[in-house]
Amino acid sequence: MASTVVSKGGTAGRLSLPPLVETRVVRMNRGDRIFRVVLRLAAGALLLLVVALAAEMFRAASPAIQKFGLRFVLTSVWDPVAEHFGALPFVYGTLMSSFLAMLIAVPLGVGAAIYLAELAPQWVRPPVAFLVELVAAVPSVVYGLWGIFVLAPLLRRWVQPFLGSTLGFLPLFQGPMYGVGMLAAGIILAIMVVPFITAVSREVLLAVPNSQREAALALGATRWETTRIAVLNYGRSGLIGAGLLGLGRALGETMAVTMVIGNRPEIALSLFAPGYTMASVIANEFTEATSDLYLAALIEIGLLLFLVTIAVNALARLLVWSVGGAVKAGRE
Amino acid sequence: MRTWFAVLTLVATAWMAAPAAAQTLINGAGATFPYPIYSKWFDSYTKVDPEVRFNYQSIGSGGGIKQVTSRTVDFGATDGPMTDEQLKAAPSELLHIPTVLGAVAATYNLPGSPKVQFTPDVLADIFLGKITKWNDARLTAINPGVTLPNEPIAVVHRSDGSGTTFIWVDYLSKVSPEWQQKVGKGTSVNWPVGLGGKGNEGVAGQVKNTPGALGYVELAYAVKNKLPVGLVKNAAGKFIEPTIESTTAAAAGAAKSMPDDFRVSLTNAPGEAAYPIASFTWLLVYKEQPDQVKGRAIVNFLWWMSHEGQKYAADLLYAPLPGPVVKQIEAKLKQINYQGKPLLAAR
Repeated sequence: MASTVVSKGGTAGRLSLPPLVETRVVRMNRGDRIFRVVLRLAAGALLLLVVALAAEMFRAASPAIQKFGLRFVLTSVWDPVAEHFGALPFVYGTLMSSFLAMLIAVPLGVGAAIYLAELAPQWVRPPVAFLVELVAAVPSVVYGLWGIFVLAPLLRRWVQPFLGSTLGFLPLFQGPMYGVGMLAAGIILAIMVVPFITAVSREVLLAVPNSQREAALALGATRWETTRIAVLNYGRSGLIGAGLLGLGRALGETMAVTMVIGNRPEIALSLFAPGYTMASVIANEFTEATSDLYLAALIEIGLLLFLVTIAVNALARLLVWSVGGAVKAGRE
Repeated sequence: MRTWFAVLTLVATAWMAAPAAAQTLINGAGATFPYPIYSKWFDSYTKVDPEVRFNYQSIGSGGGIKQVTSRTVDFGATDGPMTDEQLKAAPSELLHIPTVLGAVAATYNLPGSPKVQFTPDVLADIFLGKITKWNDARLTAINPGVTLPNEPIAVVHRSDGSGTTFIWVDYLSKVSPEWQQKVGKGTSVNWPVGLGGKGNEGVAGQVKNTPGALGYVELAYAVKNKLPVGLVKNAAGKFIEPTIESTTAAAAGAAKSMPDDFRVSLTNAPGEAAYPIASFTWLLVYKEQPDQVKGRAIVNFLWWMSHEGQKYAADLLYAPLPGPVVKQIEAKLKQINYQGKPLLAAR
């Protein structure tokens, strides 16, 4: 109770929840109680779903887990005929293509959001924001076909020779140029993820209170300084959340990546070389997998994708916490 | 009075039973490759027997085998014959009934789209990564009069598990001991070289956009999209272009030595005019049908499909079954029974 009194009297300018909440909990009527139970059930069902999913995948993958053990994650031969299964190239492909995508999409998406929220003339904002949201709704197979017929030839004819002749001393840009490959996958993922990042980032920036901007401007900050210090800093954890949403989509994206990555289970240093992702191999081979061990190996890849996604999200969540803590400490 | 009552009940039951009989729904699942002709057949068959409806899910051969084995569907469909172990795992005897034939064609991207000829060993060595240039001496030797460029061969294969891949690698396994030993056959294999494209459209798109590319697609897809296709040397030593006729010829050549259960690979089939990379696609049905009404409907459909239904095949770019094979199917259909009684109506 003491804290509510303090918050009421002490910090008038600070954002805090109304103090009524704490006292309400004590005297709850029946409707509230039922409402609370229903919500608890909803949240519990979600949790249960995740646990059930993991348990079922683990059960179905157990023949492969028993047969290959850790070798499944550490070797890179994928031979369905001889039933040797090693998933390392797929893990690498998923992480690498998503990393490339984020490398391109985060600056682009956040940049577009800053323009839309801070700089664009008023009449430009609604149509562009609407278009961005529209692009997010294009089905991924359309991106995939566009990738095969437009992006890949473009890369092969212009972009890759250019990269090869200028940055060819780096092992990243060497080897035969097919158009399709890791680079194409990264670019197509970036294109698919940008609208998400832009849309969410824009909402985050719009939610930054105007008093922040006014304060910075009053101190004599330029437009850029205002955006950097007052707006981006304030919305930092929200922007990371936007990036996370994009990363989640990039990690799990299947169809478009399958169509442009070249589908070759190899770990190559060059971005021109074909690769393979976890989601792609499941989509490609699940329907025709007839032997039990083969099926179990594919399900284990699903489990692995699940674990990788959790690990990446947990890492990002830690990042948000550490950054969020810094922001709070700075404002304290 | 009593007779009146009997008649009335009879009429009533007949009236009530009629709609039930009209609802015979037969479920099937399996191969995607023959899906266009199957849906055409199931649609046309409603005119032959309006009381039967077919529901077919093209989920892939693997899924078809799984579902028919667990009896969740009334029939399955597959592009590759079931293995002995798979047949043993089925709860009762499953029959393979060939429906149509398909072929797989080599397609490529070369300036001017010349007609390129391939021998089995050259094809195998290209896919093994041992022949890497279009102007390799072994390729130019079998292509007199065609100027092949000094360009690397970019091999393109299917990335998704598919019957098309199975036919292609089944052929390579037969003609190349090295392929047989190193790679083997299956709906997905560990490719020594090349890029993977998803589906026929993925492979064709990749070939179209990469100068010097060589891939393989279903014949029907190649013809519809007017892709250049290569001639392949058959077992009789002739270079044969993939067409519907040369595909049927492959089945006719193999018909003489057709095993009783139809589980035969038609790749590298004998016969002067036979295209060597061809295969049947099969429906999977139980020899002992668990349901008399459904069983009869399935058998009647199979009879119709192997006779009248074959005329739809060519329009959809599948090769029809040759006559001797149809005769063998007739004998097989007579064995399908319900509790020991044959289901096929006397013809």
